[in-house]
Amino acid sequence: MADPTPSQTVGPYFSIGLTRRPTNELVADGVRIAGRVVDGAGDPVPDSVVEIWQADEDGAYRQEFGWGRCGCDADGRYSFSTCKPGAVDGQAPHLTVLVFARGLLKPVLTRMYFPDEEEANAQDPVLRGVADPSSLVATRTDEGLEFDIRLQGEGETVFFAV
Amino acid sequence: MSRAADALRTIADGQDPGQPPYLYPDYRSTQLRSPKRPLVILPHTLSELAGPAFGHESIGELDHDLTRQHDGEPLGERIIVTGRVTDSAGRPVRSTLIEIWQANAAGRYLHEVDRHPAPLDPNFSGAGRCLTDDEGRYRFVTVKPGAYPWRNHPNAWRPAHIHLSIFGRAFTNRLVTQMYFPGDPLFEYDPIFQSVRDPKARELLICGFDYETTEPEWALGYRFDIVLGGPAETPMES
Repeated sequence: MADPTPSQTVGPYFSIGLTRRPTNELVADGVRIAGRVVDGAGDPVPDSVVEIWQADEDGAYRQEFGWGRCGCDADGRYSFSTCKPGAVDGQAPHLTVLVFARGLLKPVLTRMYFPDEEEANAQDPVLRGVADPSSLVATRTDEGLEFDIRLQGEGETVFFAV
Repeated sequence: MSRAADALRTIADGQDPGQPPYLYPDYRSTQLRSPKRPLVILPHTLSELAGPAFGHESIGELDHDLTRQHDGEPLGERIIVTGRVTDSAGRPVRSTLIEIWQANAAGRYLHEVDRHPAPLDPNFSGAGRCLTDDEGRYRFVTVKPGAYPWRNHPNAWRPAHIHLSIFGRAFTNRLVTQMYFPGDPLFEYDPIFQSVRDPKARELLICGFDYETTEPEWALGYRFDIVLGGPAETPMES
């Protein structure tokens, strides 16, 4: 077995290579999912980039649908327009979320669940298995859903081993 | 059922010397951006094992050639960077998207945040992309990037490097890394490179000069092979 190539940070200049083309609209006029990436001092992480991966509305993972990427703005904000995925593998509907940033030597991996799926969320094996499930469930706002990612400190998002 | 009965296993970060930890204090920006809580080990599900693909139609014919994106040619040493993307069993990872970005030959990025007083090159944007072929091979033509200063510590310089992003087969083996050049005297001073504690693993970040790839009267060749790991191995706990 060959040893994997180590990860290195995206650094501060990733927008040149990764976010020049907009890829945050998976579905036109779909569900708006937005939020902030914040650090251990509660400050925004403007040089971060969020990627999502999700099943389609029927709960199927398709190679040509379900991926999006958004570079964060000066306030550490990102946004996507997408659909709510169907349930997959007996899990509640969710997005898989990766965050890359200057200062992250490897990405953080988390999930975003939907607030209107209380019953499915209560049965979800991942939400049931983590210490702070509320950090993984988006909140509803007038514009759509809000999902903040706290890299460190109070309210730190639950992250998964990659 | 209580949550404890269902609890997923966790693991402290930083146990694999072949990968950098989140917290590496010598790289100052990690101090407030590194998670402190143990990482939760996910059961293997489709969410982690499936991955997006990219059609050939979205890649331009010259996207892999950073020396032909403008009217003139960029200044600097023209180089060819090529290699294979495989999984840890050595199988090729086919049709996977590789994106690269880099400084120009003077060590300057075409980015508003870069304040290094080195010249921009009107003929160099510093970004490219391509798909791997059936053997997992990729190839870029570019110029050798310069070293550049940063503010991590007094007199801090990054060794010359090219940033690479590789999609891989599963969303969770997405890889973003940096490729360095052989024999760089800045290696020992660079906390980003040194954050990989295993010296053998650090070697995997350094390309090799490749005479076979080198083209006469035109460009030196460098080879950089990439091995993608799998998602964290774990059975579903019941």
